[in-house]
Amino acid sequence: MSLTQDDVKKIAHLARLSISEDDIPAYEKELSNILGLVEQMSAVDTSDVAPMAHPLDMVQRLRDDVVTETDHHEQYQDIAPNVENSLYLVPQVIE
Amino acid sequence: MHNKTLSELSAALQAGEFSSTELTQSYLDRISSLDPQINAFVTVTQQLALDTAAAADKRIAAGTAAPLTGIPLAQKDIFCTEGVKTTCGSKMLDNFISPYDATVIENFNAAGAVMLGKTNMDEFAMGSSNETSYYGPVKNPWDINKVPGGSSGGSAAAVAARLAPASTGTDTGGSIRQPASLCGITGLKPTYGRVSRYGMIAFASSLDQAGPMTRTAEDAAMMLNCMAGFDERDSTSAQRDVPDYTANLNDSLQGLTIGLPKEYFGEGLDAQVGSAVEAAIREYENLGAVVKEISLPNTHLAVPTYYVVAPAECSSNLSRFDGVRFGYRCDDPADLEDLYKRSRGEGFGAEVKRRIMIGAYALSAGYYDAYYIKAQQLRRLISDDFKRAFEEVDVIMGPTAPEPAFGLGEKSDDPITMYLSDIYTIAANLAGLPGMSVPAGFVNNMPVGLQIIGNYFDESRLLNVAHRYQQVTDWHARTPEQFK
Repeated sequence: MSLTQDDVKKIAHLARLSISEDDIPAYEKELSNILGLVEQMSAVDTSDVAPMAHPLDMVQRLRDDVVTETDHHEQYQDIAPNVENSLYLVPQVIE
Repeated sequence: MHNKTLSELSAALQAGEFSSTELTQSYLDRISSLDPQINAFVTVTQQLALDTAAAADKRIAAGTAAPLTGIPLAQKDIFCTEGVKTTCGSKMLDNFISPYDATVIENFNAAGAVMLGKTNMDEFAMGSSNETSYYGPVKNPWDINKVPGGSSGGSAAAVAARLAPASTGTDTGGSIRQPASLCGITGLKPTYGRVSRYGMIAFASSLDQAGPMTRTAEDAAMMLNCMAGFDERDSTSAQRDVPDYTANLNDSLQGLTIGLPKEYFGEGLDAQVGSAVEAAIREYENLGAVVKEISLPNTHLAVPTYYVVAPAECSSNLSRFDGVRFGYRCDDPADLEDLYKRSRGEGFGAEVKRRIMIGAYALSAGYYDAYYIKAQQLRRLISDDFKRAFEEVDVIMGPTAPEPAFGLGEKSDDPITMYLSDIYTIAANLAGLPGMSVPAGFVNNMPVGLQIIGNYFDESRLLNVAHRYQQVTDWHARTPEQFK
């Protein structure tokens, strides 16, 4: 499996990663090499194999529907880059 | 003091031979004079350590001490520590002061253990050499021109250089066992779900597991006693009682059946490493164990499978780093998309970006079945290999890593070659099984590790098997010359 430079740009956009034009050829090569390694998977017929998402067959735990979390928003927002009136600030989204 | 094991230190503290304050100060002094050579610590928490040590001394005097009360430890910088910088080896979190403690940290605090500092690591635990850290590579105490392994390289090097009597690590594809092997220490990755992942910065949530990195198996048992247990804040925490892991250390190995997977001794294994591992296995035969050749036929698929599963989970987990709520934010974003893209592009290093992109690709429309579902199917085949093997054998043994520590910079330009460093460790993560690395000799003056893989929740047996070997060998007791 070999990626093109356009593929690299598309994937970087999907992952919301800015990458410089200069780095694209290197990513093209490295990501293609990794996909080449991964390609070994296709040699095995797995049509009857159930996917294993998780190492232990565990059921999702249920808990009583009671409040367990207390309000920490001031503490958590202390470390945010930009906060005003308990709101996270980002560049204007709607004109 | 720095040549004592955890159990010896614990006994000496209880007996009043020295105080935790004296012990802590002696380690802080060693860190300040010796760590510049190996770069094992990102943060040294000097004042906090001395304050905790003073409290521990009171607790010891009051007669209410736990086994780890007053014992200094180094914590991998992947565990959130309230009020202390928690970087995960990344520029993204260079300014992150955690507002809460990970469960593992809470457990050590409750036991009265002393945190010396936070150890260096590959960025977001992605790497096998500790060279992807934003804070520079860690150097191997046995040869400072070589890598310590990764991702828990700082934790391994700190213990090997006697800058801490024990440390914590995390293991997603070998990140406890491989650096333990390369630095000549003992490392244990418990069964998936045995130790809480709460507050442990997530890389690949179905693979990540925390564990101890120590000089001896007995010390690892003491550490695991404190780390293991059910935690309702981790949705995949195992609801099982925690045994006393020190209770069965001395059990006889008479009749123990050891499986040797033929796939672990083939192409790609350094011949001298192979010889060291074979010598260790002969030692086990002397201890009464029976050796049986087995096959794990899907072993060759573990690395390809891992490099779909782990990046897919990482691309999802690392989407939380968005420049909005915490961590790095780029300067002067033009709009919201620019804020996301540049904060992430500037905050993450090259290896992390590669893995996020592989994961995003594997999960994207049109490729999901061919990559992600396929990898999950192979994961089951790999896991089934172990299930069959454990019907016949008690433990599986082989090399931890295919070769001893390699040179700094030797593999950093070639991701694929680097990935193959974990060729023998990854399968245990995919299956969720516990695995250990135990010092088993030297090749060209560099340590070699023996890997022991056990059945689910069979950590007591792993520790017993490792401990008995350490009673008849002294590889684990060797110290690098400059750090004696």
